Amino acid sequence: METIDKSACADCPINTPINLKRLGSVEAKYDCLIALAGNPNTGKSTVFNRLTGLKQHTGNWPGKTVSRAEGGFALNGRKFRIVDLPGTYSLLSTSTDEEIARDFILFGQPDVTLIVVDATRLERNLNLVLQILEITDRAVLCLNLIDEAERHGITIDTRNLSRDLGIPVVPAAAREGRDISELLRSIEEVIEGKFICKPHRIKNLLPEIEAAILGLSSKIENLYPGILNARWIAMRLLEGDQKMIDAIKNGGIVEIIGRNISNNGQAKIDKR
Amino acid sequence: MIKDNDKTDILEDANRLRYELGPNFHEHVVESIYANAAEITGRSVLQQNQPGKFNFDSVIDKIVTGKITGIPIMFLMLAIVFWLTVAGANVPSAMIASVLVDTLHPVLREFGQGVGLPWWLNGVIFDGAYLAAAWVVSVMLPPMAIFFPLFTLLEDFGYLPRVAFNLDGLFRKAGAHGKQALTMSMGFGCNAAGIISARIIDSPRERLIAIITNNFSLCNGRWPTQILISTIFIGSLVPAHLAGIVSAAAVVGITLLGISFMFIVSFVLSKTILKGEASAFSLELPPYRPPQILQTLYTSLIDRTLFVLWRAVVFAVPAGIVIYTSANFHIGDLSIAEHFIHWANPFGLLLGLNGIILLAYIIAIPANEIVVPTILMLTTLMVKSLGLGSGAGIMFELDSVADTAMILHAGGWTTLTGINLMLFSLLHNPCSTTIYTIYKETGSVKWTVIATFLPILMGFLICYLVASLWGIF
Repeated sequence: METIDKSACADCPINTPINLKRLGSVEAKYDCLIALAGNPNTGKSTVFNRLTGLKQHTGNWPGKTVSRAEGGFALNGRKFRIVDLPGTYSLLSTSTDEEIARDFILFGQPDVTLIVVDATRLERNLNLVLQILEITDRAVLCLNLIDEAERHGITIDTRNLSRDLGIPVVPAAAREGRDISELLRSIEEVIEGKFICKPHRIKNLLPEIEAAILGLSSKIENLYPGILNARWIAMRLLEGDQKMIDAIKNGGIVEIIGRNISNNGQAKIDKR
Repeated sequence: MIKDNDKTDILEDANRLRYELGPNFHEHVVESIYANAAEITGRSVLQQNQPGKFNFDSVIDKIVTGKITGIPIMFLMLAIVFWLTVAGANVPSAMIASVLVDTLHPVLREFGQGVGLPWWLNGVIFDGAYLAAAWVVSVMLPPMAIFFPLFTLLEDFGYLPRVAFNLDGLFRKAGAHGKQALTMSMGFGCNAAGIISARIIDSPRERLIAIITNNFSLCNGRWPTQILISTIFIGSLVPAHLAGIVSAAAVVGITLLGISFMFIVSFVLSKTILKGEASAFSLELPPYRPPQILQTLYTSLIDRTLFVLWRAVVFAVPAGIVIYTSANFHIGDLSIAEHFIHWANPFGLLLGLNGIILLAYIIAIPANEIVVPTILMLTTLMVKSLGLGSGAGIMFELDSVADTAMILHAGGWTTLTGINLMLFSLLHNPCSTTIYTIYKETGSVKWTVIATFLPILMGFLICYLVASLWGIF
């Protein structure tokens, strides 16, 4: 049967992309941390399984992953830990799954955030992508289900999209294991600083809101020199996010900056 | 060094600006994000119009989420899944039992005697622990190995969100969140998993309702009980060729009853201790995707079936020891188990059950899966005239449903006992894992106590009512 051949191919060393070694469940030491984010039901868990060789249950319904699943893989001598976050439509509300995703991207200090989107529903998925790009400066977009999009007569200009978003964009069909090596190459490029992300920032805000964010974020930048997501922090403060207020009060925010300053494109070794 | 007054300065600034910008800040930001997304999409995405192209998804959706057709199709799907499980599980069940119980058990016992184990240790290990584990495997493995893959195939195909869509209106009327339909569906696999999945619900009020009522979804630990008892007591009421369908229908009936209780309790909760309006949400109906059959088989067999089975075995082993001990160690003339059963029997009969069932449910608090084996073992203990098996207090060989039926009938069971056991299996306290999960998810002793005792009180009440009505007619 066709499916047998496919899974056999996926494990074949010739087909296994750029020396990918699936490590299964988490090892204590790793060099790079990847967060896997995206809307519900875009195939995050499928991508996760392809990379780690784990068999996390995947299902065709939104909200299947409600907690974080972690796994590992090795690539060209680097050990990666990858965290599969719950799928969410936004990062702005108070539900537990969105909080898990939001806090991990901000406080979990991932080296790269891999955003998986459904190519057939790009516009809706971009709402989340734009929010993630406000938080983090290093991301890769996986344009999943590209085969389905093609079947529906949708063509996506990935170079244009990449330029607009300021991050690498990789079309993929993770269910069939297609283009995973391309995805890994992009992740490496971002980590090694070969691709410098210039993430899209939300434009066309109301002038008074833009002014408020600008004023507040410049104060935050003054207080914490080198901080990269001052804009996002300002927006959260303006929204009255208690967690962010606490992070400023008790100094939790300093950790984020520490990471941003020390981490100018070089992979960290021996992160605990 | 960062000074504290700089921090308070920023926070005060933020407070002042938040006040100035007014309450619509969130909406304005979201609007800008949407506008940005639309603009970017417009530049990069080319959608070719394909007029007149047959749209497979929307045709199916019109049927499976239709006002008239949606809910009957849902019941039909459930019935087919159960029927396949009932019809398919019997033969492999008997085969496994004949290997593990008929063949292996005597060998192990003799081995125990051969190496000189004292009678009680031999009994605890092989007649208690081993037999309990063997029983669980032979009763549970076949139905799970059929039920889980079928359910997972439906899930992969994309049917579950349609169920949520169909039930959304009802949940809303009950004052609960529409996504509760999804947590409910998860509960049909395992209540602990269903309760964790309630994290997808934003509002704490609706999330609590979903957590408290999840126990009304029959979990996989209870399916075998339902299927077996329904086969023995309901299926036997009709001619043989109808038995399979009728017993499947009875299980669907109990499932629907559970769903009705879920609505009723959600409604009552949302009108009393958890007052509030249902919040709106959007649910994306994912495209239908052809299930990846081999992968589904693999994940549902390894991840779900073996995982659940292992858990059942882990709990069955100590339970087997408890059963053996309570049945074979005596205080005065009677064994510990007999003392309890005599004491609880009047109460049990009042509920249309009996003392054995009540004791079995206490022993089975760690895992619902071992209820039926425990009941059978205790029944033979009480009905010594049966002359079956190797003696009282040992879970013996039962390689067919007919043997099970014989023991239960000899134990004084009637159709009422069967029906009420099915009801009680639906309505009783959650297993210990689920109780612990409720505590972890809510962080509250109060809600854990409510979620634990509410169903069992309802179970007592309903069983008592049914037994009383049965007595009248």
